[in-house]
Amino acid sequence: MRIGLFVPCFIDAFFPEVAIATLELLERFGHDVTYPRDQTCCGQPMANSGFNADCAATEALFVRNFAGFDYVVAPSGSCVEHVRDHLDAVEQTPEVQEARARTYELVEFLHDILLVEEFPWARFPHRVGLHNSCGTLRRLKHATPSELHQPFFSKPLSLLTKVDGIEFVTPQRPDECCGFGGTFSVVEEVVSSKMGYDKVSDHARAGAEYIVSADSSCMMHQKGCAERIGVALKFIHIAQILNGAMA
Amino acid sequence: MSDATGMLHPELLAQGDAGGIVRAGRRLDHAEGTSKPLRSHPEPQPRGARVCGSRPIDHEEAAARFIAAPEHEKMHDERLWDLRQKRDREMHSIPEWEELRSLAAAIKEHTLTHLDEYLDQFESNARSNSTHVHWARDAAEHNRIVHGILRDHGARSLIKSKSMLTEECGFRPYMASVGIEVIETDLGERIQQLDSEDPSHIVVPAVHKLRSDVAEVFARTIGTDPNNSDVHYLAEAQRESNRPLILAADAGMTGGNFMVAETGSFVVCTNEGNADLSANVPKLHIASIGIEKIIPKLEHLAVFIRLLSRSALGSPMTQYTSHFRAPRQGGEMHVVLVDNGRSERLGMAEFWTSLKCIRCGACMNTCPVYRRSGGLSYGATYSGPIGLIIDPTFNARKYSNLPYASSLNGSCSNVCPVKINIHEQIYAWRRELVKRHEVPFVKSAAMKAAGELLSHPAAYRAAIAATDAALPHLPRFVVYNGLNAWGKHREVPHAPAQTFHSWYLENRGDRT
Repeated sequence: MRIGLFVPCFIDAFFPEVAIATLELLERFGHDVTYPRDQTCCGQPMANSGFNADCAATEALFVRNFAGFDYVVAPSGSCVEHVRDHLDAVEQTPEVQEARARTYELVEFLHDILLVEEFPWARFPHRVGLHNSCGTLRRLKHATPSELHQPFFSKPLSLLTKVDGIEFVTPQRPDECCGFGGTFSVVEEVVSSKMGYDKVSDHARAGAEYIVSADSSCMMHQKGCAERIGVALKFIHIAQILNGAMA
Repeated sequence: MSDATGMLHPELLAQGDAGGIVRAGRRLDHAEGTSKPLRSHPEPQPRGARVCGSRPIDHEEAAARFIAAPEHEKMHDERLWDLRQKRDREMHSIPEWEELRSLAAAIKEHTLTHLDEYLDQFESNARSNSTHVHWARDAAEHNRIVHGILRDHGARSLIKSKSMLTEECGFRPYMASVGIEVIETDLGERIQQLDSEDPSHIVVPAVHKLRSDVAEVFARTIGTDPNNSDVHYLAEAQRESNRPLILAADAGMTGGNFMVAETGSFVVCTNEGNADLSANVPKLHIASIGIEKIIPKLEHLAVFIRLLSRSALGSPMTQYTSHFRAPRQGGEMHVVLVDNGRSERLGMAEFWTSLKCIRCGACMNTCPVYRRSGGLSYGATYSGPIGLIIDPTFNARKYSNLPYASSLNGSCSNVCPVKINIHEQIYAWRRELVKRHEVPFVKSAAMKAAGELLSHPAAYRAAIAATDAALPHLPRFVVYNGLNAWGKHREVPHAPAQTFHSWYLENRGDRT
């Protein structure tokens, strides 16, 4: 199958290793993965603030870049959520609708589409705390959120348990928001940072060496918070662990 | 509905505290009742948002002051998180929980889409029960109607149970202006009244206060010992001071949690029994109720009663669920049905379902932003997630910042017992405010510029390259200064040697 690799802007600029791991991982399963070079962003930063008209051109560019692939895959829950649920500043032509419907976040793509059963190359002998971003948890529905009376499931956990040597710790408030929230992180920077301090402290108290997540944006914020208050935690994207990163 | 005494956070509890309070052989598990003061000079209570006419409320500024009071912030966060956990336990004890939520949502949606019919039905049934029914278009009319009823009876004092609707109507200030004394009977609400401060939470109005704050308020207003912050002492002192006022009052007022159309009755849920005092001690009972509080039949009530207190406080039900159907012998009962913007909200395609709200406060308890900023930081009658989507309907300019006081995490929608899509409405309000030009120019300009840059790949690449080159070489004071909101309380991410884009060109450059 032909996969378009969607690399969100902040991953391109700050976390190239996450995009490389995603590319290599998809290639390991024998797929034809292409990175359209003119891609920039999905429009989420403007849309998240209410400026829908200002993301029309960016959204149109996104669709031009990613039309015609069997699937579009991105290692970022919130960006995928924008594409799937909110990319509506442009006219909803069949091309736009198709691009939106074919866009997947990496974890759900591996879990629901590729139905991956094993990662024989992966080994991660560390204690990790799993951070489900709010976008993946409550909107892309990666796992059961604690507020709902539903049978337990977790797509990221079911993938990560296939990794040799990995050990999980459970914080007191597993699905409390870490406070990133896109532009919220600067508009309400004091509250955002306090939420981040509490989040990383909770994981550290639970004994985590690493926080692992499908969202680098949350981790960028959490890392900044942990460094500021001196909490010794390392951060790693789920794509890196599944691709066999040895810590 | 209110619970002022319970739900205190365990971390303040000293190990082996000999002064622990034991009742019926069991130690009370709320820690604030048993802990010692943390220091001799208690941390002063942070006050709420600065309100100045219709100028936009600066939630962030008030939230920052709340966070700068760590004892208050920690207590508040943990106390409300405790309520959320208790709610979860109750939820897990009800296998049909999600079904109940769907049912409650469907009943409310049905009722709201037939609101005129059910209100007419209520009015005619209430009248045949000898209840007087009044219609108030807005807050001012509500206040005038109640004033008129009191004047007709020569009433000079009014005891009332807590009601968010009367807060919305500015009822107490109005009564003060016409010389009628209002006495709140809910403990938390009374604390707030004595402190001349609005309630900070729908259900637990003084939840943002430490007991040392209450001791200060009571010492100033009802003459308690300023150095005694024992919760039982304070509660008893308040009771002693308030009870004579209750017994002597000329009239009583309650809100209403539910109105039942088929019976013409209404229901008030409390934990202190204070609504029953307010309704039954004086001969005149006035109930102010928002028109959206109606349900068709008595059988529907059970669905909501099962959800209400479990969602609010994590208790199976409120201590008192009082039904009022007709005035008692020799008494008089009035119901004031208040619109105050509700009809207009009902006509808003994206926001009308906010009228399903039963005011349980679950969205506030679960909201990580609310827990860390305190209800008064919203500068509005309704705070927390539900406030973000209701307040702008009253004044879009004044509350234009509130929809941005959310990380859009969505926990509020998941705990909502009537399934209001709160976080989606917060998102929709941001779009609406931009459309109405209620967002500052600086932000609009920045977003326009971002939209320009991100839609032009070549310009975007050039900008990234410039940032890449600059960031590692900038001195720390340039990156971490007052103008860079990211860096004030967080470290800035380290720029890697190479973007993915350039890595790809180097390593997969042969690909199209």
